[in-house]
Amino acid sequence: MKPAPFDYVAARSLDEAVGLLGEDAKALAGGQSLVPLLNFRLARPDLIVDINGLSELDRLERDDGLLRIGALTRQSALERSDLVAAGWPLLSQAVRFVGHPQIRSRGTVGGSVAHADPAAELPVALAALDARFTARSPRGRRTLGAAELFIGPLTTALEPDELLIEIEVPRPPEGTGSAFVEHARTHGDFAVAGAAAVVGPEHAAVALLGAGPAPARAGAAESALVDGAEPGEAAMLAASPVEDGARRALIAELVRRAIEEAAP
Amino acid sequence: MRLAVRVNGEHYEAEVEPRTLLSDFIRHELELTGTKVGCEHGVCGACTVQLEGEPVRSCLMLAVQANGREIRTIEGLAADGQHPLQRAFHEHHALQCGFCTAGFLMSLEPFVRENPEPSEEQIREALAGNLCRCTGYRGIVEAVGQAARETGG
Repeated sequence: MKPAPFDYVAARSLDEAVGLLGEDAKALAGGQSLVPLLNFRLARPDLIVDINGLSELDRLERDDGLLRIGALTRQSALERSDLVAAGWPLLSQAVRFVGHPQIRSRGTVGGSVAHADPAAELPVALAALDARFTARSPRGRRTLGAAELFIGPLTTALEPDELLIEIEVPRPPEGTGSAFVEHARTHGDFAVAGAAAVVGPEHAAVALLGAGPAPARAGAAESALVDGAEPGEAAMLAASPVEDGARRALIAELVRRAIEEAAP
Repeated sequence: MRLAVRVNGEHYEAEVEPRTLLSDFIRHELELTGTKVGCEHGVCGACTVQLEGEPVRSCLMLAVQANGREIRTIEGLAADGQHPLQRAFHEHHALQCGFCTAGFLMSLEPFVRENPEPSEEQIREALAGNLCRCTGYRGIVEAVGQAARETGG
């Protein structure tokens, strides 16, 4: 199908973009989720605010111990970044599972986050890394953690007139390793389930994909790992809240693999 | 809206509605019908073209977003239709109906240029974003391997 008619503005400044957003006005970044929704007429905004010209949102840089990812950073830029591979390898590991190269060349990191597809990889990896998400609206800026931001499938705490502008990711503790594993029917397909793990001395972070309506940290498994639990044991704890038996078994296996692969 | 774009090295200007997809602009306005339209939601890969040299889904871009940019379609792959990928697809029977082929070629052209000796696994991952529903992938994998050896490095 084809999109219903809409007005289109290519925003020239962040202020202009934020001033235009609202209930019937959607921000267009990479378009890899929004344009299919337009094509199917599942989304029928009156106005599309194209933010692709806002180069200040397209940056990927190290700031002291933090990685700052502008919301417009292409997934392909994240994938190719030596800075990211060296300091935040979980992001390099996860982004390879996002769609296909033809999707990642346009798709943005901010778009993955703001769209909040329950099968999306980057929100899960960012949750495991304790990332913070900054949004702008006419009322100012605010910064949220993953647990506050991701509410449910395709639902975040962002208001209709708020634009995600930046993600900051703290450096994982010294001596940790990381891994991202998932199960999908074919490479690049939406994942059925997955797990991200960052583990090392005195530190464990495990985030789950497909265990619930939004990316979830597995707190019980993390504590158990810090106390010296075996990967299999921690994986059972991580999967135990999942009701469906097959999915529980799948998640337990993926978490076990993630923890083992992540071991530094 | 007014749109100015370079496609296969040629300059085009046109008036388009904001909702016009790049894929439809290429086919209907420019009459470059080598680019095919399949699923229109980014899954099948048939509409893949290159934007500034990078493969993109033309059904997931608005035509107005290509304003001032450089697009390459299958018509611009090789003037004589004899790009090593095209020859290899021919020789390995890597197409049957041909509907998916333009998308495969535009997706894989940078891959074969950058990977002189890809493994079968790398090839299969590189073409995972394009669907073929009649020939199957075996001939395609062989063709990509041959084209990579000829053009890569």
